[in-house]
Amino acid sequence: MMVHEDVICSFCGCLCDDLTVEVEENNVKRVKRACRLGARKLMGHDRIKAPMLRQGTKLEEISYEEAYNKAAEILFKARRPLLYGWASTVCEAQKGGILLAEEVGGILDSTATVCHGPSIIGIEEKGLAGATLGQVKNRADLLVFWGCNPAEAHPRHTLRYSSNVCGKFTPDGRNCKKVIVVDVRETRTSKNADKFIRLLPGSDYEVISALRMILAGKADLLPDVIGGVSKVELISVIDLFKSAKFGAFFFGLGITHSRGRYKNIDNAISLITELNSQTKFIMLPMRGHYNVAGIGQVAAWETGFPMSIDFSRGIPYFNPGETAACDILAQQDADAALVVAADPASNLPRAIVEYLAKIPIVQIDPFENPTTLLASVVIPSAVAGIEAEGTAYRMDGMPLRMKKLVKSNYPSDEEIVYNIIKSVRELRSNAEIEGVM
Amino acid sequence: MISGRTLAQGAGCESKMTQDYFQAASTCSLSEPDYRALKQTEGKNILIRSRFGQVVLSSRMDPGLTSGIIFIPVGPWANALTGPDTGGCGMPQFKGIEVQVEYTDSDVKDIRLLFNDLEGMKHDGP
Repeated sequence: MMVHEDVICSFCGCLCDDLTVEVEENNVKRVKRACRLGARKLMGHDRIKAPMLRQGTKLEEISYEEAYNKAAEILFKARRPLLYGWASTVCEAQKGGILLAEEVGGILDSTATVCHGPSIIGIEEKGLAGATLGQVKNRADLLVFWGCNPAEAHPRHTLRYSSNVCGKFTPDGRNCKKVIVVDVRETRTSKNADKFIRLLPGSDYEVISALRMILAGKADLLPDVIGGVSKVELISVIDLFKSAKFGAFFFGLGITHSRGRYKNIDNAISLITELNSQTKFIMLPMRGHYNVAGIGQVAAWETGFPMSIDFSRGIPYFNPGETAACDILAQQDADAALVVAADPASNLPRAIVEYLAKIPIVQIDPFENPTTLLASVVIPSAVAGIEAEGTAYRMDGMPLRMKKLVKSNYPSDEEIVYNIIKSVRELRSNAEIEGVM
Repeated sequence: MISGRTLAQGAGCESKMTQDYFQAASTCSLSEPDYRALKQTEGKNILIRSRFGQVVLSSRMDPGLTSGIIFIPVGPWANALTGPDTGGCGMPQFKGIEVQVEYTDSDVKDIRLLFNDLEGMKHDGP
C-alpha cells in the first residue's frame, strides 16, 4: 500500500491540500480529511470505457487515434466552433485549449461564464481588494458570506480558511470572530452566523447601495425597509463592519445569478473600497470548480481576456453578451462544440441545450453525463489531480501543483487536446496542398 | 424560483447518471405555508411551469424558505425552467424566475428520459 500525504483535492475552489490518500493495487482505497464532495470524487466511480463515435442512435467504440481525427474534422470544418468547459482540468490542458481555439478560429469559454463570470466583469470595472486564504485565516475577525453557502458548496472553507479556524492573530477561532450571512433563504451556513440578513430575491444591489449610504452618513435619506431588510438592521451591519480589524467578504452565485448580475459585484466592490478608508476589508469570490480560477488566469496571460474569447478575427476578441457560450448558443451561432471537463447539457438553460443538441459535439471527460447523450464523439480522459498531474489555481489565485496518485491507461486532457491540435494541423496542411483553402 | 448548490447535488455532480444524483437534483424545496397550501406530502410530485418550460419534481418542505420562494438544486431539472437571456453579460437567468406550481400525479423523469426528446436531434460523427 502506498500512502500519499498532502494531497490536493480536485473538487472545489478550496483546493484543500492536506488530504491523505491510501492507494492499493493502483486503486484509491481510503481518503482522509476530505469533505463529502472531495471524497466522492477521489474514491472514483464509473468511467467512460473507450472513445466513441455516434452512429445513428448509438455510440460505438473507436480507437483514440480515430477519435482525435474525428474531433479535428468536426472542429476544422466548423464555421464558428465553441470550445467550452475547462474548469475541472489543469492549466496545462487549458493552455492547449487556447491554442486549439486559435487554430480553428473558434470561441473559447469556460464554465465561469455561468458562474462567476459577472464577478470577473465587475472586477474588470473596478479592481478587487483581494487576499490569500492564508491571510484570511490568520487575520480576519469578521467574515461576510453574501449569496453563498460554503457549508454545502465548499464544506471545508470555514474550517480551514475562514470563520471556524484558529489563526495567528485570531487564536480563539470562531469565538473571536463575527460572521454575517446575507441570503434570501436560511442555509446551513446561516446557522453558523452571528447575524443573518434575509433579503428579498433580486434586491442585492439596493441593499449594497443602502449600506454604502449608511457608511457615508446618509442613513436619514433611506426608507425604513430596503430589499426586505430594516434600516436599523443595516445600520447594525455597518457598525459591525466598522468595528472589524480585518473583514473578509466572500460572495457566491446568490449575487452573480441574481438581477443586476455584474452590477451587483461592481457595487459590492465600491462598498469594500469605501470600507477600506475606515478599516481593512478584502473580498473574494467563492469559486466552484477546482480550477475555474485557473482557466481565467491562463486565458488572461495567453490572450489578455479571462473568458468568452472569440478567435474568429485572427486576434482575441472579448465581449460577453455576444461571445459568451450562452449567447452564441442562444443566437444559434455556434455550429460545433468541443466540451472539456464540463456538462453544458445539464448546466445551461433548456432552451440553449435544445440548440446544442442540434450541432455536433465532441466531449472530453472521464465520466458519462447528459452531454454524453448528445455527443457525436466522446473521448474519455484521465482524472486530473488523481491520474494526471498539473497546476490548478485556488479561489484566491494561489497556484498549486497537483500530484498523480495512480497510474492510468487513459490519456490526460492535455495529451488529448494536443493530439487534436496535431490532427487539425494535418487537415489544414492537406487542405492547403489540395488548394481548398 | 431560485436554483442553487446542495451538498447531495454536489456529491453527485460528477456522477450524474446515478440514482443518488437523480434523488439529489430532482427534488425541490417549498416553504412550509406553500407546501401545506399545495396539500403536499412527502414523496408527492409537483408540476412547475415557467415561461421557458415545465418540469415535474418531487418536493420537500424547507422551514428556511419564506412563502413564494421555491428552491431547486442546480442541474437539468432546474434548467427546464431557467431562461436563456444573458442580460448582455453572458449569464442566463438561473435565479429569480417566476413560476407557477401545482400538484400533479405525473412521475419525475429520470435523467435519460429528460434528454430523450433531444437525442432525436443528435448528430452522427463525421
